[in-house]
Amino acid sequence: MQYLLLIYGNEAQWDTKSEADRGAILKEYGDFTKSIAQSGHYKGGNELNVTSTATTVRVRDGKRLVTDGPFAETKEQLGGYYLIDAKNLDDAIAIAARIPSARWGSIEVRPIIPHDMP
Amino acid sequence: MTCPSPAPVHPATLWADHRVDIEHIFREESGRILATLIGLLGRFDLAEEAMQEAFTIALEQWPEQGIPASPRAWLVSTAHHKALDLLRRSARLESKREELQKIAELEQQLAGANDNMLRNLGSDDPFGDDRLRLIFTCCHPALALEAQVALTLRTLCGLSTEEIARGFLVPLPTMAQRLVRAKQKIRDAHIPYQIPPEEELTARLEAVLLVVYLVFNEGYSATSGDAAVRHELSSEAIRLGRILCLLLPRQAEARALLALMLLHDSRRAARVRENGEPVLLEEQNRTLWNQEQIREGLALVESSLRDGPPGPYALQAAIAAVHARADRAEETDWHQIVALYQFLMRLQPSPVVELNHAAAVAMAEGPAAGLRLIDQIETNASLRDYYLLPAARADLLRRLNRWSEAADAYRSAVALAGNHSARNFLFRRLMEMESRVKPTGGAPR
Repeated sequence: MQYLLLIYGNEAQWDTKSEADRGAILKEYGDFTKSIAQSGHYKGGNELNVTSTATTVRVRDGKRLVTDGPFAETKEQLGGYYLIDAKNLDDAIAIAARIPSARWGSIEVRPIIPHDMP
Repeated sequence: MTCPSPAPVHPATLWADHRVDIEHIFREESGRILATLIGLLGRFDLAEEAMQEAFTIALEQWPEQGIPASPRAWLVSTAHHKALDLLRRSARLESKREELQKIAELEQQLAGANDNMLRNLGSDDPFGDDRLRLIFTCCHPALALEAQVALTLRTLCGLSTEEIARGFLVPLPTMAQRLVRAKQKIRDAHIPYQIPPEEELTARLEAVLLVVYLVFNEGYSATSGDAAVRHELSSEAIRLGRILCLLLPRQAEARALLALMLLHDSRRAARVRENGEPVLLEEQNRTLWNQEQIREGLALVESSLRDGPPGPYALQAAIAAVHARADRAEETDWHQIVALYQFLMRLQPSPVVELNHAAAVAMAEGPAAGLRLIDQIETNASLRDYYLLPAARADLLRRLNRWSEAADAYRSAVALAGNHSARNFLFRRLMEMESRVKPTGGAPR
């Protein structure tokens, strides 16, 4: 069973952190990623660039509408994700709880609906 | 502590008797049967559907052929076969790979199972692990609290969707939808059917205890809705509490919760008048209190307090125990109750606990001391719409013979009180106060 762990946090807060703090967090992320790769849970994952770099695309009546920024304004922004293989929801929750950002942001755990490649 | 009694099986001959017996068996056994089936089938929705089919077959066959010697084993085995039929049917319709794989599994399971093994599966769950797994699944924090409550009553207590809807004053379609969504989430998000590991057990048990206590309170505190259904909710909560104590004998808070529920429930006959109005604790006829429940509750409180530092349920149960030990209201040890509330305020601070503490202080040290604490609580906005706050103030002012101020407070309480009988009671007190306020004989000049 695959789950997508969506990492939400306050981007503004990240900007206020010192260089040393950021380095420590990034190292923690690195260690965490290595450990879930070793345990066979890791299927993929990335850090996302900040929402100010985001672009939203819609197509209405065949017309393309491109706008600046994310779809919705929220207090916490999507900052990254992991795709994991887990036995069940409890297993996935246990991994989500180990993501460093869980301590200040939040992790949304979403089951993946499997589709065969066409 | 006693286990829920096994269903009586009579070789009854009359259809009417049978019907009562059969329904009794269904109600008593459905939680265990469902738990066993989920363990066998690994799927919540399939297990539930198969159990319903087995019940239907039993209702057709048992009145003619008699109730089998082990009804539970019969039902488990019949449902197990039915599950295979159901899977085959849906696999034909949708030809899903997953379904086909499950069918192969089940066929193997059934081929390997002789009657003896099935009988064991049905009658033995020696450690109650299946039921415990089901409790933890139903009370999983990934489900909304209201869904946890509904699911627990539906699957562990065997209450119908309609009964649950009536108990919680929710329209039937809303409750049905709530249950469907919860079961979908269990299936689609793969909420596991397992007892949490030791390091998570305490936190997860807290969620389970909260659900059980909510069910109890809904049955005990609400004064609106169907009285019979509400009584049923409280009894089911107590039954669940017993099961938890039996299955998790080392958990002191589970024992404390059972004690708390028993001690509250012991006052059931004394706490409402025939017209549905509540009777204050100090005015209750204590000879109506259920002494058997009190004895059991007191023993459980003591045993839970012996197991290390008390949790919030142990403290609340200890407070209920102080009341239960007083044969007359005047004999209540209010100083001890004040001390217990102070402990509880530190452990689980909340404005409601503060209000109860203030009421206890008023009893121990006089109404003026209580009033000073209520003044402090009133500065907190979170209790602004809580009718018991002005009601408590009114009661203390009444005891201080400050009639006119008491009348004002009763007026605010009446305006906020949600349920009919509480409002009636407060209104009567308000009338009493107004009659005591002496007419001043003309407006001052």
